[in-house]
Amino acid sequence: MNLNTIANSIRRSIVKMNARSKASHSGTALSTVDILTVLYFKTLNIDPKNPLHVNRDKFILSKGHGSSALYATLAERGFFDKSLLEGFYLDGGILPGHLDKEAVPGVEVSSGSLGHGLSLGLGMAIANKVDGRDSKVYVMCGDGELNEGSMWEAIMFAPCQQLKNLTLIIDYNKLQGYGRTNEVINLEPLSDKFTAFNWDVFEINGHDYTEIESALTQTTQKPKVIIAHTIKGKGVSYMENQFVWHYKSPNEEQLQQALSELI
Amino acid sequence: MRNTFIKTLVQLAELDKRIFVITPDLGFSVLEEFEQKFPDRFLNVGIAEANAVSIAAGLALSGKIVYVYSIMPFVTMRPFEQIRVDVAYMNTNVRLIGVGAGITYGPAGATHHSIEDLAIMRALPNMAVFAPSDPYEVEKITEESVHHQGPMYFRLAKKGEPIISNPTHTLCLGKANIIKENPQNKITLLFTSNASDIALEVEEQLSQHGFASDLISMHTLKPFDYDTLEVLLKSKDFIFTIEEHSLIGGLGSVVSEYIAESHYRPIFKRFGLPDEYSHYVGSQYFIREKLGFTSRNITDTIMSLV
Repeated sequence: MNLNTIANSIRRSIVKMNARSKASHSGTALSTVDILTVLYFKTLNIDPKNPLHVNRDKFILSKGHGSSALYATLAERGFFDKSLLEGFYLDGGILPGHLDKEAVPGVEVSSGSLGHGLSLGLGMAIANKVDGRDSKVYVMCGDGELNEGSMWEAIMFAPCQQLKNLTLIIDYNKLQGYGRTNEVINLEPLSDKFTAFNWDVFEINGHDYTEIESALTQTTQKPKVIIAHTIKGKGVSYMENQFVWHYKSPNEEQLQQALSELI
Repeated sequence: MRNTFIKTLVQLAELDKRIFVITPDLGFSVLEEFEQKFPDRFLNVGIAEANAVSIAAGLALSGKIVYVYSIMPFVTMRPFEQIRVDVAYMNTNVRLIGVGAGITYGPAGATHHSIEDLAIMRALPNMAVFAPSDPYEVEKITEESVHHQGPMYFRLAKKGEPIISNPTHTLCLGKANIIKENPQNKITLLFTSNASDIALEVEEQLSQHGFASDLISMHTLKPFDYDTLEVLLKSKDFIFTIEEHSLIGGLGSVVSEYIAESHYRPIFKRFGLPDEYSHYVGSQYFIREKLGFTSRNITDTIMSLV
């Protein structure tokens, strides 16, 4: 199965989950899907049948409001049955709107409050280094998440530990909770900031599988940041780059249109 | 207490490679031995408490037992939401080690006082709250902390506190430490943390008035030893709590919540710090006087009730 087919299947799961539950954050989830697809189907050393294997790579979705994307990706990869997605955000379901690590296998950390994931990943990367494991740690944050002060505590600290096993992926979809990211707080020049903080910086199209895989697999001597330019709502025409899809959920007609586009 | 803590932890770390220490740039003259002996398991993350707590949780999720050491407000209130999500919600083996209980850091000012920490920390699900009264309790519970599953908070005073425990007593988390108890006594003084000196003075003053009283260190506020409290309520007429913490949410609150829902109606009173920040400049003992938190005041109040 090619990556695009997998990504479309994940996207179909996401829009169905959010339509069924009337949950927010469809656009947030959709911008991450191509990166998640490469991670879970090409890059990560993981085994859905042995999800706690000590030598596994770890992925942290720090922007926990994009949970539907991770749940859908994990189900697609076989960590749990896809039928569990049907209870997302609903009475009696087991998948809450923000990530709960106890809900299903494959969710490494609980998240939903922004600005935690990179520090958690730092701790895991330090443990790998001290224990002599080659395993890698990948953290994905949102662009708006870089407003959090705790992010910069971690961004300052990671290079001091020479953590070449740590990668931060920024889902740079240019929209956040109350408007356009760089109009709320201008992040630019973002690449220069990470270079100045002593990270190795890769700037890519976050929907190009070749660029994603290339950036993820290149070895570095420093912590790596991948600034992934993405489109909020990617894959569903009426959601793409539309701020309102941070909050709205598709109605039945919109769901059908989305599904027809995701084939 | 802090020296006993680190001495005990160094001994434990010799045997257990899971033990890590993280500091957000505090612990000068305290943590050096650990750092020198176990450089790979010691991290100074800089003055960045949020990062310190979440890194600790990340290490704990990788199988480590991580002790985060700082002055009390900076390891409880500054990174509180990191504690809530990464430590309590995820139930990680992180131990938050706060020094400077109550107004221990007297003249340093109210930024360095800690009068709300017990209320805040005991409100967190999964969090064990340990507020030792002497170095013996620190030693024993530090030993137990290596085996405890889930997060813990340590409320340490500073240094130089005397040992008041009976060293033949077995101590464990969640069990009251009985310093002195007589079935004939009708008065029980329950105390916690760095109020032990005041509690001992009150006991002495009451005895000078002809009233014998029990002295019991409630070093664990959570899980609380309700079994011992139940036994006391059956046999004692007067129960008093003493703590160098706001009267809101600490030991006095724990005990009064239990009594209120029980059928026991002892004469009960809480002694602690008023609901205000100190603007006084002076030592712990000076500020205690200014705030009225003295053994003499407590004894006088008790004498008016018995």
